[in-house]
Amino acid sequence: MSFPLLTVTAALPAVGAVATAAVPAAKRTAAKWLALLFSLATLVSAGVVLARFDPGGARYQLTESHAWISDFGVRYELGVDGIGAALMALTALLIPFVIGAGWHDADQVEEESPNRRWRPTQGFFALILAVEAMVLVSFAATDVFLFYIFFEAMLIPMYFLIGGFGDRAHAAGEEEGAKQRSYAAVKFLLYNLAGGLVMLAAVIGLFVVSSDSLGEGTFSLPELLKARASGDLTMSTATERLLFLGFFVAFAIKAPLWPLHTWLPNAMGEATAPIAVLITAVVDKVGTFAMLRFCLGLFPNASHWATPVVLGLALVSVLYGALLAVGQRDIKRLVAYASISHFGFIILGVFAMTSQGQGGATLYMVFHGISTAALMLVAGFLISRRGSRLIADYGGVQKVAPVLAGTFLVGGLATLSLPGLAPFVSEFLVLVGTFSRYPAAGIIATAGIILAALYVLVLYQRTMTGPVRKPEIEKMPDLRVRELAVVAPLVALLLFLGIFPKPLSEIVNPAVEHTLSDVQKKDPEPQHPVADHNAWFDYKPAGHGGGDHE
Amino acid sequence: MTGITDLASAGGASGASGVPSLWTLAAGAAGAGDKLQAPSIEYGKLSPVLIVLGAAALGVVIDAFAPRKARYGAQLFVVLAGLAAAFAAVIGLAASGVGSSKAQIAGMGALAIDGPTLFLQGTLLLVGIVGAFTFAERRLEPAAHGSRVDSFAAQPASVPGGEGEREAVKAGWTTTEVFPLLMFAVGGMMLFPAANDLLTLFIALEVFSLPLYLLCALARRRRLLSQEAAVKYFLLGAFSSAFLLFGTALLYGYAGTVNYSGIARVVSGADAVSDPVLADTTGNDALLLIGGALVVMGLLFKVGAVPFHMWTPDVYQGAPTPVTGFMAAATKVAAFGALLRLLYVVLPGLRWDWRPVMWGVAILTMLGGAVVAITQTDIKRLLAYSSIAHAGFLLAGVIATSEDGISSVLFYLGAYSFVTLGAFAVVTLVRDAGGEATHLSKWAGLGRRSPLLAAVFAVFLLAFAGIPLTSGFAGKFAVFKAAAEGGAGALVVVGVIASAIAAFFYLRVIVLMFFSEPQADGPSVAVPSVMTTSAIALGVVVTVVLGVAPQYFLDLAGQAGVFVR
Repeated sequence: MSFPLLTVTAALPAVGAVATAAVPAAKRTAAKWLALLFSLATLVSAGVVLARFDPGGARYQLTESHAWISDFGVRYELGVDGIGAALMALTALLIPFVIGAGWHDADQVEEESPNRRWRPTQGFFALILAVEAMVLVSFAATDVFLFYIFFEAMLIPMYFLIGGFGDRAHAAGEEEGAKQRSYAAVKFLLYNLAGGLVMLAAVIGLFVVSSDSLGEGTFSLPELLKARASGDLTMSTATERLLFLGFFVAFAIKAPLWPLHTWLPNAMGEATAPIAVLITAVVDKVGTFAMLRFCLGLFPNASHWATPVVLGLALVSVLYGALLAVGQRDIKRLVAYASISHFGFIILGVFAMTSQGQGGATLYMVFHGISTAALMLVAGFLISRRGSRLIADYGGVQKVAPVLAGTFLVGGLATLSLPGLAPFVSEFLVLVGTFSRYPAAGIIATAGIILAALYVLVLYQRTMTGPVRKPEIEKMPDLRVRELAVVAPLVALLLFLGIFPKPLSEIVNPAVEHTLSDVQKKDPEPQHPVADHNAWFDYKPAGHGGGDHE
Repeated sequence: MTGITDLASAGGASGASGVPSLWTLAAGAAGAGDKLQAPSIEYGKLSPVLIVLGAAALGVVIDAFAPRKARYGAQLFVVLAGLAAAFAAVIGLAASGVGSSKAQIAGMGALAIDGPTLFLQGTLLLVGIVGAFTFAERRLEPAAHGSRVDSFAAQPASVPGGEGEREAVKAGWTTTEVFPLLMFAVGGMMLFPAANDLLTLFIALEVFSLPLYLLCALARRRRLLSQEAAVKYFLLGAFSSAFLLFGTALLYGYAGTVNYSGIARVVSGADAVSDPVLADTTGNDALLLIGGALVVMGLLFKVGAVPFHMWTPDVYQGAPTPVTGFMAAATKVAAFGALLRLLYVVLPGLRWDWRPVMWGVAILTMLGGAVVAITQTDIKRLLAYSSIAHAGFLLAGVIATSEDGISSVLFYLGAYSFVTLGAFAVVTLVRDAGGEATHLSKWAGLGRRSPLLAAVFAVFLLAFAGIPLTSGFAGKFAVFKAAAEGGAGALVVVGVIASAIAAFFYLRVIVLMFFSEPQADGPSVAVPSVMTTSAIALGVVVTVVLGVAPQYFLDLAGQAGVFVR
């Protein structure tokens, strides 16, 4: 029995959540530091996971397996492939920044609270850590049921974070703000819960199918994949499609994919900036991750069947999200719609079913997490200074707060995938991967890049450039030390990974190859000299001797 | 009870005269001839029921003869000791293998002592103990003249709002007849799922229903509402009892026996009825179908399935809240136990006839309960409709017609009853000047005033909604899994849709508690004694344990999944 590294990684924030919640009401600052400490410990642990992960080794590594509910065929089974390891690292990386950026987020709630016993500060940080623990288990679970449980359970702390600690900077007044927050929280929960319940039906269906063809029902992903490959696990076409849909709809709501996306702008708009980062950069990644891990592997035929529709919806997401982002007046909703556009790219990459596409999609998940965090957290600092989310209330900020404006620009440029910054690598790979199999889809998606440039640059222009017209902005302080400590590492990471993404792509690629072999797809023979660009990332498409073409 | 004695004496008399009677046939004493045999009773195997009924009788004696001051303590002791002793007896029986290998028909064919019986009796006894805690709570109502009073009427016989009532309230009277009534109800409920012939079923039904009708009428506050609830419950309950009895008569006409396995044998064609008196009616399928339908209808009334659910919201709302909690949990356990035995032992041969009907009932119940609950503004009525929706989920497990179906329903019942008891116990604590503040608007901002209580109630609501890591999810998953394996996949899909609808109104309450501004004249939260506290704490513990580590209890329910025939 080796050291249960994955369990420890997921348990650290859970223990931290309990410990933070138990801190006495008067010791608010201690609670914050405790939470930060636990999130940093988790980051170290996740770093060890990444370091111990051997890209050339077995498909699932650091595995753990214990009996749990044998009646349901459920085991406590953990294990990571490269995709899971990368996303666990992303989660553990972002949470300290979320905590640091949200250092004062609970203060106002604390003031509003008539009852000291409620301990809002402790609750806020405990809930963040609880979400982290649940997300980490979801990324590590190789048991479908275990995954489902945490996929669903993470909604509850998320719900309280949105509804209870939402953004107080509301144009429509305090009462209306409270209503909006509660509405956003309920909408978030109902959408995701409905998706989760549809998935529950499919999970039960999967159990019935597996117990019918294997004799004993199981939820273990490695076992199911093995049975699937050997032909032991069979299901009728109709059953497979229904089960696929049950899983996919839940993940598409979480991701979110157009037309199931409408909860995201509300949730991100009403949550404070750090919580918005938690939603879009961490929690939503579980949706796209699960598509790769569960939908494609377990239901390959149905995945092929659904591909045209999914690609279509992903394209709509890319363009629709970008177009609506252009039209937003609210900074946070703008970032939310930009995220919808980006999730469109990720899903496009996943369902293009090429190694570049899926590898790019995985990198995209990580890089989008970092770039959105940078943009959104700086936006949050900006909003907290002025007390307004409306773009029109700003202008000329770069004159009074040049560091703030500069980091905001870097985050924005990362969002529009400027070459040299990390997201460019992933977006390019997704487009190449899509183009090599579906040229038309690749071309249409490229329009998303142009729109991204539009919404980011217009946002920057309206808020940061021009003359200072408002007295509130004249007195606006630049980034404080704490804020700088949050943003600077993110910016550095964006630059570093933009130039040198190789370590990450090396970890991710074998997992992508496995997924592709699950869905029995090979990369198409290249007819365009795209692989030259790949060589730049040291990226080797499957089925080739390493770029020895033309 | 007089009706039952009449029946028994009539049966005894006719048995002696040699005409085949219900009782002689029920006892399986076909060869008894003219002589009345002394019945052989397995006292050991029936000891749980006997202990509870004995304690109930003792409670009546105490209420009649003990001085008023000593009654409360004595009653409470008798109730708790009786229930605990009966529970120990159930454990003893289960440990000696009566639940599995040594399962048998006892009481001359009247009762079946097997796995499901013991599991349900154990559950009912625990529910009874927790229920007794909430019944005995005397710290919530403001004290009258220095004496602490409970949730029950000072003098139930007095006219609401009349002179007598005012005097009784002023004097700080309390009544203790609720305890023997509770015990009779528990005893009857324990018999109900054990009943192995239709007459025992009917008697058990009456034994637990009559005390419940009375208990519903005993609220200290809002007495008219409480009495209205009792009358409604009694009238509709009487109808359902009549249906059940009529169905019994028709089934007797069909099979010549009221014994479960006897009827099953006639249904399957293994036995032919040779009774000359019944030559005209035996084997008449119309009798079988109508009789079976009427009996099932009687049971569906008790579980609160649509369209026999009309009484549920009114009774849940009007009854004193401790009674509502006990009734909501225990009646469901008992009635589903009886329904399972009836459908699995008596009517398995008719599966193709009853399954489509039960499909319809289950779908109506799940959707009906969930949809109507959305519009509710009273927390007790909301929980009533939620209980209807849960009855629908349970019916999905019943329809599975497999061992998994039985054990999943047993597990669900155990999980559900503790959540229900806990939730209603929380409702008793939220009070304003008029007693319990059950209107939902009063609950606004409760999370800010008393975060712990609101958090506990939120846990119960999440369990009702079936969120993972709560007992509600484990139960729902077990039931849906059994249904899907039993070929009722469509039912699972409907169940999932109903769950999504139900989640909406549970969440609404959570939103109200945590994200709404507290009202200026909002309710306060009473500080209960250790009894209500432990009832709520037990509810939380069971909810979490069954949610996180359900395997042991699933095993338990799995071992109890076979009916003796």
